Amino acid sequence: MTQPLVDVRDLFVTFHGERTVHAVNGVSLTLQAGETLSILGESGSGKSVTLKTLLRLLPEKRTRIEGGVRVRGVDVTTLSGRSLADHRGGVVSMIFQDPMLALDPVYTIGEQIAEAVMRHEGVSRAAGRVRALEALTRVRIPSPERRLNAYPHEMSGGMRQRAMIALAIACRPKLLLADEPTTALDATVQIQILLLLRELQQEFGMGMIFVTHDIGVAVEVSDRIAVMYAGQIVETGSLREVISAPQHPYTRGLLAANLHGAAKGERLSAIPGAPPALNEAPTACPFAPRCPSKIDVCERILPPVVRLGPERYVRCVHAAAVASPA
Amino acid sequence: MSVFATEAPALKTPLLQINDLTKHFALNGGFLGRAAGVVRAVDGVSFDVAGGETLGIVGESGCGKSTTARLLVDLIRPDSGQVVIDGRLVGVDMSVREMRRHMQMVFQDSYASLNPRMTMEDAIAFGPMVNGESKARALGLAHELLAKVGLEPVRFAGRYPHELSGGQRQRVNIARALAFSPKIVILDEAVSALDKSVEAQVLNLLADLKSELNLTYIFISHDLNVVRHISDRVMVMYLGQVVEIGPVNSLYAQPAHPYTRALLGAMPSMDPDRRTMEAPLAGDPPNPINPPTGCRFHTRCKFAAEVCSQSQPIQHILADARHYAACHAYTPGSGHPGLGMSS
Amino acid sequence: MTATTLDAIATVQKSPGYWNNVLRRFRRDPVAMFALFVVLALILMAVFAPLVAPADPYRASMLRRLRPIGTEGFPLGTDELGRDMLTRLIYGGRLSLLMGVTPVIIAFFVGSFIGITAGYLGGRVNTVLMRTIDVFFAFPSVLLAIALSGALGAGVFNGLLSLTIVFVPPIARIAESVTTAVRKIEYVEAARASGASAFTIVRVHVLGNVIGPIFVYATGLISVSLILASGLSFLGLGVKPPEPEWGLMLNTLRNAIYVQPWVAALPGLMIFITSISFNLLSDSLRSAMDVKS
Repeated sequence: MTQPLVDVRDLFVTFHGERTVHAVNGVSLTLQAGETLSILGESGSGKSVTLKTLLRLLPEKRTRIEGGVRVRGVDVTTLSGRSLADHRGGVVSMIFQDPMLALDPVYTIGEQIAEAVMRHEGVSRAAGRVRALEALTRVRIPSPERRLNAYPHEMSGGMRQRAMIALAIACRPKLLLADEPTTALDATVQIQILLLLRELQQEFGMGMIFVTHDIGVAVEVSDRIAVMYAGQIVETGSLREVISAPQHPYTRGLLAANLHGAAKGERLSAIPGAPPALNEAPTACPFAPRCPSKIDVCERILPPVVRLGPERYVRCVHAAAVASPA
Repeated sequence: MSVFATEAPALKTPLLQINDLTKHFALNGGFLGRAAGVVRAVDGVSFDVAGGETLGIVGESGCGKSTTARLLVDLIRPDSGQVVIDGRLVGVDMSVREMRRHMQMVFQDSYASLNPRMTMEDAIAFGPMVNGESKARALGLAHELLAKVGLEPVRFAGRYPHELSGGQRQRVNIARALAFSPKIVILDEAVSALDKSVEAQVLNLLADLKSELNLTYIFISHDLNVVRHISDRVMVMYLGQVVEIGPVNSLYAQPAHPYTRALLGAMPSMDPDRRTMEAPLAGDPPNPINPPTGCRFHTRCKFAAEVCSQSQPIQHILADARHYAACHAYTPGSGHPGLGMSS
Repeated sequence: MTATTLDAIATVQKSPGYWNNVLRRFRRDPVAMFALFVVLALILMAVFAPLVAPADPYRASMLRRLRPIGTEGFPLGTDELGRDMLTRLIYGGRLSLLMGVTPVIIAFFVGSFIGITAGYLGGRVNTVLMRTIDVFFAFPSVLLAIALSGALGAGVFNGLLSLTIVFVPPIARIAESVTTAVRKIEYVEAARASGASAFTIVRVHVLGNVIGPIFVYATGLISVSLILASGLSFLGLGVKPPEPEWGLMLNTLRNAIYVQPWVAALPGLMIFITSISFNLLSDSLRSAMDVKS
């Protein structure tokens, strides 16, 4: 089997500050080139932290990262200086929920994209501008020549999102990380951006990791889904498998709570309680306190990661019964 | 058992009538604060809400749904228009102060909605106290309400907002709105910021409270799934105007206005085998500053005809008598060739 | 209401309030505690000057002028008129602290009142109040203080008055911007929707949330005020001789800088220590009040 584009092994991320937070607690995932993985989870599930680790965007001083994080075989945790700069934006780039934070308000869109291309590929400013125009055309910004000279604040929300995507893909990265890029957008704009990302990903053969809390969004863009809870991946598999045959009680609860097709007036089968605070690393199943199918053992040990098939894993004691004997 | 009335109550005097509500904001930007433009945030909005009903309001940013909510409870003073509760006109037959006892509001941001320096019991008791209740009685009421929204008073009454989760804070905000025993509660994106699993809990709570206290809800949200679940009728707004209003089943099954169709078509699919292949609309919603003439949607509408840029469409009654849409395609003799498909 | 609900109210688990948490964090901060110790020591020394000081601050002697530090009977030397430096530094703290702290305290109340009123009412009231305040901003604070003192004439009271006038505009401006921000937060909207009057909303919801930041800002101004007050005295616009005051002492000792540089520098050192202590206090207070989660 070829080397995967992304290979994360037993990732643990801990933040130290006024209080300690165990944000990621043993995440392993792989991504093949040209594949899209969605990480689905609620706030505080560690999905964004996992994503930022791949770009080393976490505050260095307060963060402890353990485990292996490899992108195209390169250990990301050891990168520094020049090689880290090449990694960011060159091999891997990222798009965010708020483009105003990713785009520099004092430079025009064209200057920013050209600058990025110049830095990563050492081309001239003129060539950089040509590439910027290309990128803007590619993300279907209306009248791209004019937008080259526009400042971020002069654009509408959807347009800014497109400009940020243009910046991210200008250097033709191998891996695109998307951190809830459509959450703040209006419904009719969100679907446009999702379709654009799907199209670009296929055209460039990029790998994409898409973090979202919205199952519908994950369905629209991904090949595979990983569901995170309390800093762990509780279930992963192909989109179809996870959506149509969820195994983990949390995934089932989440799908039920999504209301799609829930009959009007029907009581919702809500997951009771709230996610744990993660001041300590979990020593038992973190979902046990909210779980409808909890048994004694759930509160004593960390549930095993059960393999149900190729790229299909569930972290639940009950899944062992479903799994075919290996 | 169904916790919502599946049938809207029979036609009688509606609990709440809104007539021609309008609010334009002057944009100060020019020299010496001269108006540089006008934001037509809410422009001639009229609707009724029957007692015991839930009216959902949907639309994109800039459509005026949140401004409408604030106009209803007079947090923003309307330029013109009438708010009538139980047949009594607010400002004439009923004071604004009295109106606010009948109609309360829950905001989207659960954290910003609570004073960070106030305990939960004080936050809930504040309203009754400024309306003349004694401190002891107001605190007693606060405790009852905390229990009612599922927060154990002994544990939660003395806490501060940052010590609660988002879902718990939103329960407190609901309790605060209920402290006036209102008839109508306006929920402005009240569950939008919550995680899905918590959102479902709060929606169940809202359903329970509604049947227990015989409440009427105006439920504002951008999430069409949630609106479909909770509403009896749904109103769709676009750039400060109502484009379609009707019973939830009829509106979701047979959306009449091209904009409503686009909104529904833009909902992400939940079926891996039936992903969305084409975005129903291109571009962003236009700015409500100096909106398009005629039908405001004509700049993005696939079915736009000449008439659409010239005159404003009126509300047209559809097959279901309680279902209206403001689109020239439904007005005979308007000169619009129709949408090319019957609905 | 039943007795059980009353009991229930009594048994509520109270969380420590915001200010308790601030106090707890402040107490844990070693820098804050050290600065507080220095400030308190300076204040106590000034208040109990007659008990602490070894000599009479006004007793001059032409025979023992400008003695160096460590002279028998004069641990910190003597000034240009032969007065005991230690005594005069202790007594000098009285006027210097008074001139440094009082204008800020008065300006804190006046400025907060103006700023909160302008911020909460907004609109035309805001425009009138804040544009008036802006007029004062046209002048650098040092220049404004000198001009006002010059116009009013020298003296402690006029010095205090002119410094107060200097500090009202910046405090009012901070108060206005903090209040404007708080006014737009939804809990204020919710309070309005409950029918509360503007006065009640300001008292219950606004004041508690704006007073902290304004207070921190004001404590930061104390050091500026100290230096300005000393500067006025230095220029002969504040305290008049022979009253002991650090700025004035610095001025009169200026000619002795080549004879007894260490003695001449002492009042400056006191100003420096006092103002940096107030600044450290202000910084620690700011971080103790900065709650993120």
